[in-house]
Amino acid sequence: MTRRERADRRRGLLLMAPTLATLAVLTVYPGAWVLWLSLQYRVPAFGVDRFAGASHYAFLAGDPRFWSAARTTALFTVASVGLELVLGVAVALALVGQRRGRRLAFSLLLLAWAMPAVVTARLFEWLYHPAAGLLNVLLGGLDLNWLGDPALALPAVVLADVWRTLPFVAVLAYARLLGIPTELYEAAQVDGAGRLATFTRVTLPLLRGVLLIAVLFRTLDALRAFDLMFVLTGGGPAGTTETLTVYAYRGLFQMLQLGFGSAVGVVVFALVMLVAWAYLRLLRAGEAAA
Amino acid sequence: MSRGGRLRDALVLAALAAYAVPFVWQLLTSLKPEAELLRVPPLLPARLTLDHYRVVLEQSLIPRALLNSLGVAGLTTLSALLLGLPAAYALARLPVPGRSALLLGIVASTAFPQIATVSPLYLMMRALGLRDTWTALVLAHTSFALPLVIWLLAGFVREIPPALEESAAVDGASRGQALRFILLPLLAPGVASAGLLAFLFSWNEFLFAYTFTATGASRTVPVALALFPGVFEVPWGDIAAASMLASLPPVLIVVGLQRYLVRGLLAGAVKD
Repeated sequence: MTRRERADRRRGLLLMAPTLATLAVLTVYPGAWVLWLSLQYRVPAFGVDRFAGASHYAFLAGDPRFWSAARTTALFTVASVGLELVLGVAVALALVGQRRGRRLAFSLLLLAWAMPAVVTARLFEWLYHPAAGLLNVLLGGLDLNWLGDPALALPAVVLADVWRTLPFVAVLAYARLLGIPTELYEAAQVDGAGRLATFTRVTLPLLRGVLLIAVLFRTLDALRAFDLMFVLTGGGPAGTTETLTVYAYRGLFQMLQLGFGSAVGVVVFALVMLVAWAYLRLLRAGEAAA
Repeated sequence: MSRGGRLRDALVLAALAAYAVPFVWQLLTSLKPEAELLRVPPLLPARLTLDHYRVVLEQSLIPRALLNSLGVAGLTTLSALLLGLPAAYALARLPVPGRSALLLGIVASTAFPQIATVSPLYLMMRALGLRDTWTALVLAHTSFALPLVIWLLAGFVREIPPALEESAAVDGASRGQALRFILLPLLAPGVASAGLLAFLFSWNEFLFAYTFTATGASRTVPVALALFPGVFEVPWGDIAAASMLASLPPVLIVVGLQRYLVRGLLAGAVKD
């Protein structure tokens, strides 16, 4: 190693140092601490503070409320991400061929994506109002209680989430579509490919890469989602929209069981990392096969 | 223009209008007289009023929360950029030991679920006496904004050919001068993109803000909006007005700085 290289390494570490210190204190340390907390009985309100071992996890394994939350999280994630993907691609395809209103459309999509989720929750809460909500009025004067009916609440939350995040998929897909040279489409036309064939044989394979990334990002976000259901339904009615994050929050700050709530938080953490890891492996295997 | 093309255009515009409904409806609600709120149809109000905005601005926590949010998001953006710029430069240009592991760690921490770190951070803030302060939120938000900013900026630095800085060095510029006069101006749009995303993240963040705050001293807009008080009935018009005010900075960013926003959004996702 030359002297210059050594100096560069030192300079690099020096430039990284403040960041590494910050992340060590604010991310790594809490990350380790939460694991430790999840092994404690910690109820500050009653002065309880003792070691619990794995008993919170053992309890969760047989806890119907936990499994219901896990199921809700899975349903929410699959439904939201699936719909966002299909609708996002449809929007992107529509915008590429659009002549008028493209800039307006773009602004609107970005706005829905950039607004606080709490605002989205407030918007949809009002649309879902049983008596004066626009949705029931537009459906011809129905009096469905969207957020109060256990069968409708989760779909209602999913709809709000799809509205909020399909722009992310749409913008990514749109940018990729702009990069596809028109010669490719002309060539497909010359070869006698119809619209559907062009879509499945030309457009979709070219979108594949960017859509895989979009699905990964959106899946991780959906697993972590909290604001929307917390404000819109608070996990109700009858727990039908209680995801793992909402359950963890209630454990931590409403039951005031810091150890137990942390254990649920750790499960979410593990789930997110597991999904990310599995996904990257699949992606790499796919690349190797291709 | 062909008839099919025109029809298609019209269909897309109609779909767009449908998409805008939740937002437009809330805007309309915020301008409707109280008496007409629960009486639909008719969809359109007989007259428009600013009463709800007056109530929100004069009698609610929202103005104070807007100030808190601006402060917290501004300081978060600043600290994420100040810490993140040198780190991103080092990761992109210098032979930092363990670079790929560091990058992986940084990407992984952007995927961290907040619900997992909220309990230790809460205990930490309580122990430091930082509950209900801007500082607690700036620290917690920086822990998420910083990895995001580094990830974006490292990508933007890599897009700039190192030859530019090297030729400046040949011309006798010091490394510091090369950075200040060559790299930084070229990086400015990237810094804007990363800064905007950090700002929006902090502006929108709810879980930490809800947990670490207790009063108007530090409650941010999403928290104030989620807790918007109703005494006997839900004040839908006031909530609508508050929602509009809470969306104001995102609206300004989307309208005024769209280019940077889109660039940041794409760079975060497409680069790997």
